[in-house]
Amino acid sequence: MEWMEMTAAELGKKIQAGELTAVEAAKAALAKIKEKDAELNCFVTVDEEDALARAARVQEKIESKELTGPLAGVPVAVKDNICTEGVLTTCSSKILYNFKPTYSAEAALRLEAAGMVMIGKTNMDEFAMGSTTETSFFGPTRNPWNTEHVPGGSSGGSCAAVAAGECTCALGSDTGGSIRQPSSFCGVTGLKPTYGTVSRYGLIAYGSSLDQIGPIARDVTDCALLLETIASHDKKDSTSIARDSYDFTSALKDDVKGMRIGIPRDYFGDGLDPEVAAAVRGAAEALKDRGAVVEEFDLSLVDYAIPAYYVIASAEASSNLARFDGVKYGYRAEEYEGLHNMYKKSRSEGFGEEVKRRIMLGSFVLSSGYYDAYYLKALRTKALIRQAFDRAFEKYDVILGPAAPTTAPRLGESLSDPLKMYLGDIYTISANLAGLPGICLPCGTDSRGLPIGLQLLGDCFQEKKIIQAAYTYEGVRGRFPLAGQRQ
Amino acid sequence: MSKQYETVIGLEVHVELATKTKIFCSCSTEFGGAPNTHTCPVCTGMPGSLPVLNKKVVEYAMAVGLATNCQITRHCKFDRKNYFYPDNPQNYQISQLYAPICRNGYVEIETESGSKKVGIHEIHMEEDAGKLIHDEWEDCSLVDYNRSGVPLIEIVSEPDMRSAEEVIAYLDKLRLIIQYLGASDCKLQEGSMRADVNLSVREVGAKEFGTRTEMKNLNSFKAIGRAIEGERARQIELLEEGKQVIQETRRWDDNKEASHAMRSKEDAQDYRYFPEPDLVPVDISEEWIEEVRSRQPELRTEKLIRYKEEFDIPEYDAEILTGSKQMADLFEAATALCGKPKKVSNWLMVETMRLLKENGQEPEDLKFSPEHLAKLVDLADAGSINSTVAKEVFEHIFYEDIDPEAYVEEKGLKTVNDEGALRETVERVIAANPQSVADYKGGKEKALGFLVGQTMKEMKGKANPGMVNQILKELL
Amino acid sequence: MANIISDETMEYVGILAKLELSDAEKEAAKRDMGRMLDYIDKLNELDTSGVEPMSHVFPVSNVFREDVVENGDEHEKMLANAPKVKDGMYQVPKTVE
Repeated sequence: MEWMEMTAAELGKKIQAGELTAVEAAKAALAKIKEKDAELNCFVTVDEEDALARAARVQEKIESKELTGPLAGVPVAVKDNICTEGVLTTCSSKILYNFKPTYSAEAALRLEAAGMVMIGKTNMDEFAMGSTTETSFFGPTRNPWNTEHVPGGSSGGSCAAVAAGECTCALGSDTGGSIRQPSSFCGVTGLKPTYGTVSRYGLIAYGSSLDQIGPIARDVTDCALLLETIASHDKKDSTSIARDSYDFTSALKDDVKGMRIGIPRDYFGDGLDPEVAAAVRGAAEALKDRGAVVEEFDLSLVDYAIPAYYVIASAEASSNLARFDGVKYGYRAEEYEGLHNMYKKSRSEGFGEEVKRRIMLGSFVLSSGYYDAYYLKALRTKALIRQAFDRAFEKYDVILGPAAPTTAPRLGESLSDPLKMYLGDIYTISANLAGLPGICLPCGTDSRGLPIGLQLLGDCFQEKKIIQAAYTYEGVRGRFPLAGQRQ
Repeated sequence: MSKQYETVIGLEVHVELATKTKIFCSCSTEFGGAPNTHTCPVCTGMPGSLPVLNKKVVEYAMAVGLATNCQITRHCKFDRKNYFYPDNPQNYQISQLYAPICRNGYVEIETESGSKKVGIHEIHMEEDAGKLIHDEWEDCSLVDYNRSGVPLIEIVSEPDMRSAEEVIAYLDKLRLIIQYLGASDCKLQEGSMRADVNLSVREVGAKEFGTRTEMKNLNSFKAIGRAIEGERARQIELLEEGKQVIQETRRWDDNKEASHAMRSKEDAQDYRYFPEPDLVPVDISEEWIEEVRSRQPELRTEKLIRYKEEFDIPEYDAEILTGSKQMADLFEAATALCGKPKKVSNWLMVETMRLLKENGQEPEDLKFSPEHLAKLVDLADAGSINSTVAKEVFEHIFYEDIDPEAYVEEKGLKTVNDEGALRETVERVIAANPQSVADYKGGKEKALGFLVGQTMKEMKGKANPGMVNQILKELL
Repeated sequence: MANIISDETMEYVGILAKLELSDAEKEAAKRDMGRMLDYIDKLNELDTSGVEPMSHVFPVSNVFREDVVENGDEHEKMLANAPKVKDGMYQVPKTVE
């Protein structure tokens, strides 16, 4: 097996065993990037020299036994909305085209402390707004399974890079499904942790009350390992939760006997591709065969999640993105007359269409006279959605369903109709509103050979349950290939 | 003017809190650093940075709330106020709208017409903005974020004031309370206390309030007084002309003694407040309130009563002494050391006030230590130095904070109590002034004073005047 | 479409958000926003009376810092990102008339 076909855990073992150095692993990743990224465009920034220097430093520490962790020396990619000191962090936006943070995000620091080697920053929908990675200022990322198709979004660069073997694992961020949906489209495993589990310090905010950083990897084991690496109680993030335990790998158990799994009937209505429905039901059957108690139930309120989400996320975004004004960093228009014209020109030229659309919607729903009707209404809906999940988790350990209604659409198909694109987030968005953890892993391919994702949602702080269920399913499914790799 | 008008005034007072660090980051709040040297990703609005609340800010806000008879909000929250301006690095200010920390308080003010309660609508916590410096040379503005994120409380009064006199009494009351709490130094000139005036006029007897305007940029008590007079006159003139007062924010120009509207098309005044998602709520328990209350220092009113009772200080003097926390602290510390409250008070009331006035200073500017004042009181009281010398020594204490004992020793200023030496000098003075001796013996009491003076002069002022008197009488 | 976005509304939102759209963009934005609001109006089907608005998912409170200075001076590093700098400060078009 080629180095880049291995999982992070496998690669980490080889590195610890001295069969391979961190530098060789980094070189292998960089070689793959060189080979494939001109076509796929997974990365916004790759700094070879920097990555190799980092790898060399890590290797020294591995040899001196300072770094003995399971992921030491493993190459990792980081989504371009996660700040990395001195390394370009653009959010795939013109407005941050030249921004080099003076500090690193807590999650990035934790990767570094574990001895992981960052090889580059991955492409995304501009400011994480989008479901296709087509709204990037640096051009779309292509799906490695079929380059005529999108990789999903907004963490499309991270997911595509992992699927293509350009890196072993990556960090993404998930505000409305931005880890799980592209994981589904790219045939990789992605996990959105419970809100507050991974520090948001250094994550450039889109919707602060919904954003979470999470791992994207080859399999469930890697996801658990990576989550264990980045999760922490961070004093710099007031919404970071002090959890009882940050152990996730002990849940890597092939056992679902007696586990109660609920399938929301509401997730299998109109709009769900029959091939996706069949694959997901197949996965449910597999878990049932392994001893899980699987039943269908009515979750309710599913149709209200998207409108509530777009009000809350757009409102927060309109405020979070106000700081991009051409004063302190990033793009400033070349010509302007006076202060307000400078603001307007810099922002209008610096932001793309989708970002402007959401900023305007957000500004409108918060504006005088509309706050109660839109914003408070959405927050009340959010409370109801949370209550619906609370009721569901009284009965079930895990909620099982699709991650997206379809497999990856063709490039250019989605942006023409934003509302339709938004509807594609129907299965992922409620987890963000309710703060729940969710994992997406491949459960087959459709007739065109595009991957299908299975989503497992857990109650807050119950990552271990979804990890265990996913790990068990993975045992039945077997190793899922990389894009273009023969099984 | 035929109609009689009443002025209705409410105040929004911003006070910079005396914390060591900013409200949401651990940057220093110290004044006077080079531009942007007290900044970090949080207070310059760097992407990805997040705020963490300084606990001390909550405690200071609570303390001010308790001292102004407010209810403390048990579950208080922060909100974002959205507006674009370069001194506001995130283009939103973290403030409190929906659940401010304190509500429904009041302070009692005293004016010529008696005492009166001014209601406090609310007190909320928020962050200060940076400073804009206007560069005439390049026709641009420059931003310094050192003040960005310095903690503020905004104290919003009810529209309970009716004159400039009441406004100033209210501000003075707030200033004293906050200074006594140690929550801020409240210097209007330096901007650590700022007041915006909301003012409307209505015909005497009217039930409804008139349309109000908000006046900003008032940085002295005098400016506040003038702005109130100016705005009152402007509004009355409009009404007399049959025009309407427009609800707007106006900027006072104290040099021109006039104001102008701050409205611009780009300034929608629609702040789109919503709950700050990056900060969690603050839950304030009964225990916490009690803890803050128990730490509350003695405030002015209590001190005033205690000074009169415990130290037998007259009302007027006690008011001067407690008129500034600096002065009161000095008084109490010196009194504790020497145990002579009336004498300490005397030094502060007379010499200290005289020197402050001479130098155009405020009691807050006092620099000398209570130890030195106490020693001076002791020296004078023991008769070790006489009053003339004492005054001279005090001036050195006032300006240089010298140790009076060492100073007197070094300069040889001790009073001469040696009877032999005194007797010798007195004999010489008697011999040299036969006329005065004759006058005294002839019944002119005044002549004795002259002889005492001559003796003191001979002794270079260091003689004990009581002893001189006694010896003179004896020898004559 | 139930929600018709007027030119005035677009203008107003542009002032709030500091965005300036071309006429073509404006037409598209009006249409998109109208459609989104129609869709969001779906929330009105829900009876939310008596439901507390939920801004934070978890009932966490009282997260504080102690009042201790920890930050040093990094202004040069930070100013390096600024589009225009003068005398150690961020330069902007003049803010007073």
